Amino acid sequence: MIKAILIFNNHGKPRLIRFYQYFAEDMQQQIIRETFHLVSKRDDNVCNFLEGGSLIGGSDYKLIYRHYATLYFVFCVDSSESELGILDLIQVSVIIVNVCFHVQVFVETLDKCFENVCELDLIFHMDKVHYILQEVVMGGMVLETNMNEIVAQVELQNRMEKSEGGLSAAPARAVSAVKNMNLPEIPRNINIGDINIKVPSLSPF
Amino acid sequence: CPENEMIRVIRSARTQGEERGVIQRECAAIRAQFRQADSGGRSHNLAKLLYVHMLGYPAHFGQMECVRMIASPRYSEKRIGYLGAMMLLDEKQDASLLITNSIKNDLSHSSQYIQSLALCTLACMGSAEMCRDLAPEIERLLKASNSYIKKKAALCAVHIVRKIPELGELFTPSAHSLLSDKNHGVLHGAVVLITELCERNPGNLDEFRKAVPELVQIMKGLVTSGYSPEHNVAGISDPFLQVRVLRLLRILGRNNDEASDAMNDLLAQVATNTDSSKTAGSAVLYETVLTIMDIKSESGLRVLAVNILGRFLLNNDRNIRYISMTSLQKIVQTDHTAVQRHRGTIVDCLKDQDASVKRRALELSLALVSAANIRSMMKELLRFLSTCPPELRSHATSGIFNAAERYAPSQRWHIDTILHVLITAGGDVRDETVPNLIQLISVASELHCYTVHKLYRALISDISQQSLVQVACWCIGEYGDLLLKGDCDEIEPMQVTEDDVLDVLETILQSHMSSPTSRGFALTAIMKLSTRITNNIDRIRSVVSIYGSCIDVELQQRAVEYNALFKKYDHMRYLIIFDEDSDIHQSGICSLARTESTHAQEHTTFLRFKNTS
Repeated sequence: MIKAILIFNNHGKPRLIRFYQYFAEDMQQQIIRETFHLVSKRDDNVCNFLEGGSLIGGSDYKLIYRHYATLYFVFCVDSSESELGILDLIQVSVIIVNVCFHVQVFVETLDKCFENVCELDLIFHMDKVHYILQEVVMGGMVLETNMNEIVAQVELQNRMEKSEGGLSAAPARAVSAVKNMNLPEIPRNINIGDINIKVPSLSPF
Repeated sequence: CPENEMIRVIRSARTQGEERGVIQRECAAIRAQFRQADSGGRSHNLAKLLYVHMLGYPAHFGQMECVRMIASPRYSEKRIGYLGAMMLLDEKQDASLLITNSIKNDLSHSSQYIQSLALCTLACMGSAEMCRDLAPEIERLLKASNSYIKKKAALCAVHIVRKIPELGELFTPSAHSLLSDKNHGVLHGAVVLITELCERNPGNLDEFRKAVPELVQIMKGLVTSGYSPEHNVAGISDPFLQVRVLRLLRILGRNNDEASDAMNDLLAQVATNTDSSKTAGSAVLYETVLTIMDIKSESGLRVLAVNILGRFLLNNDRNIRYISMTSLQKIVQTDHTAVQRHRGTIVDCLKDQDASVKRRALELSLALVSAANIRSMMKELLRFLSTCPPELRSHATSGIFNAAERYAPSQRWHIDTILHVLITAGGDVRDETVPNLIQLISVASELHCYTVHKLYRALISDISQQSLVQVACWCIGEYGDLLLKGDCDEIEPMQVTEDDVLDVLETILQSHMSSPTSRGFALTAIMKLSTRITNNIDRIRSVVSIYGSCIDVELQQRAVEYNALFKKYDHMRYLIIFDEDSDIHQSGICSLARTESTHAQEHTTFLRFKNTS
């Protein structure tokens, strides 16, 4: 079981926090602090697994983490999860979040490195990141790992939200403006580290 | 949008205090908005509150708003409402009961996205009552035509089974039939559900063993399929699903010949054909190895498996080395000889600079200690102790003591090992081990002189390590006469006067570094010396009487009793037998026995009068 997903920056400021086991608020903050303390001590060339935190689950739990530029992505798991599997899952999730954002948020420079989720994206769209993650992990268990599937579902849900209750004028103008933009092409294939992805062909917005 | 504005304002705060002020104002505004009956920006307000909550500020006033939002017909409001409920509520709060009805309705909503919100929330925080109530609905959804819903219903069912194991019966038939679905998400959910059903109730194992051929087929399909871009990760087809299936096969094959036979070929195939150059392949290979080791597999396959782990131990990638040690740990009890072959590499990992790798290497090394290798292993372990990261030190010392006790080739070796650890890492030795160490020392009677000399010399250079101090004080008290004689077979002679000894004991008594337990040991040692020395009885008497008014109650009590020994029963003092093991004993003229001190768990000495009559 995945007990928690914690994303925080190099100074320990939380960017996304999701607990799959109940903890009181002050305990949650303590866990965040302890996790940051443990993870930030690690060099860059050591392994991605950490033991020794005491707050979440006693001895049967590990921290599996990846460090991307200014962000730490930490999954707190118990022994029922495959450590290497979760390590891959973190990478997959980061890529998914990136792809989802770059469809939604019309950024001029799509040659941004896909490996780095922009911290600002997380800060200003925390709820959207939750919705994306909800398609990957549910109730502390891995739900879906097919990137095409996830990205497509996220996009459909976002459309549902936008289409509801009538758009006010401004977004409608933005929509047509975007339709008329010459968007640079989203790469068809992404190769990062161990993972190759074929980016889903999403219908034009 | 409004929450971005708030976020910008919060981020522009330059101090913690300023941030608190901003957030207080924002929360007041949010509260006011919540109280208004209608509000165009309801979802924005809740989103703001969730942001504030993530930063660690109180947000419980938003709970009812979540309940209201969940009941809204608008998807945008439901969405954030459910998210809020998952962040702010848990089943212990009353507000969570209020969303049961919404969840129930939403589970049968016409839109799959709304159904999905309800499923997600139920799987995260469904209480036992909610689960009982909604289980039939979930079971119905497991048979629904839509894979998106099916896979979520499967994980929901897992949550329900965890909450109410008896409801597992309800899901067993559907779980089995889900295995014929083609959608990987559904398969994944089905395998997780079946795993949970088997782990919760071993009675289900027979039923699901019938599914072994199907599971084997699924794996074969994944392993031999051509490149499938949909599920491909580094050349491996859906490694996540493969790992799950392998785990389930492990549970089903355990202790069962027939099931193990049925999966043998497949496991051999996966073990030999999986490309482990990337993480995904390694993940699959490891699960395969663990499954092979856990079921009743052929011995040839077992050897193959352990060799795979051994190879990975030499991998350049630290993650792989770490995982291979974790895996070896799981099989070290059952396949001890096989793992022993890799002892050299494991011991080398003790020197790795990565603390996680060191930790695994320590665990494994301790598990691999045996009578045959105790001398060389202890050398390595003691060497490790000197560079050991602080968080591992006390575990390392305990492990070393255990190993030494089990396999010591000689008493001298054992005492030397104990002394080495106490002297180099005495500060990390756990308090609870002190009585045992004392016991071991007292039994090695030919080595008393050697031991007390070594400990005394360590003590005079460093009184900060409490366990060392306690053991040393005890020895000085017991064997002080041997210490004062000055010569000892195996150590260069050193002249130790009574004053020297009393000096060091008094220093310990007075030092702010000494724990109460250590001071107790020091005082008792001083007292015991009164029967072993000749020239400084008055000095001892005065120390003891000073501590009669010590603020530490334990010390005071001890001193008062010792004082009494001097005053009233001086002629009896030499007859006192010091016995560490006895309980409270009242006999003779006066009772000076004491129980173990509660707060220090120290193994105190007990004084018991020899019956003079």
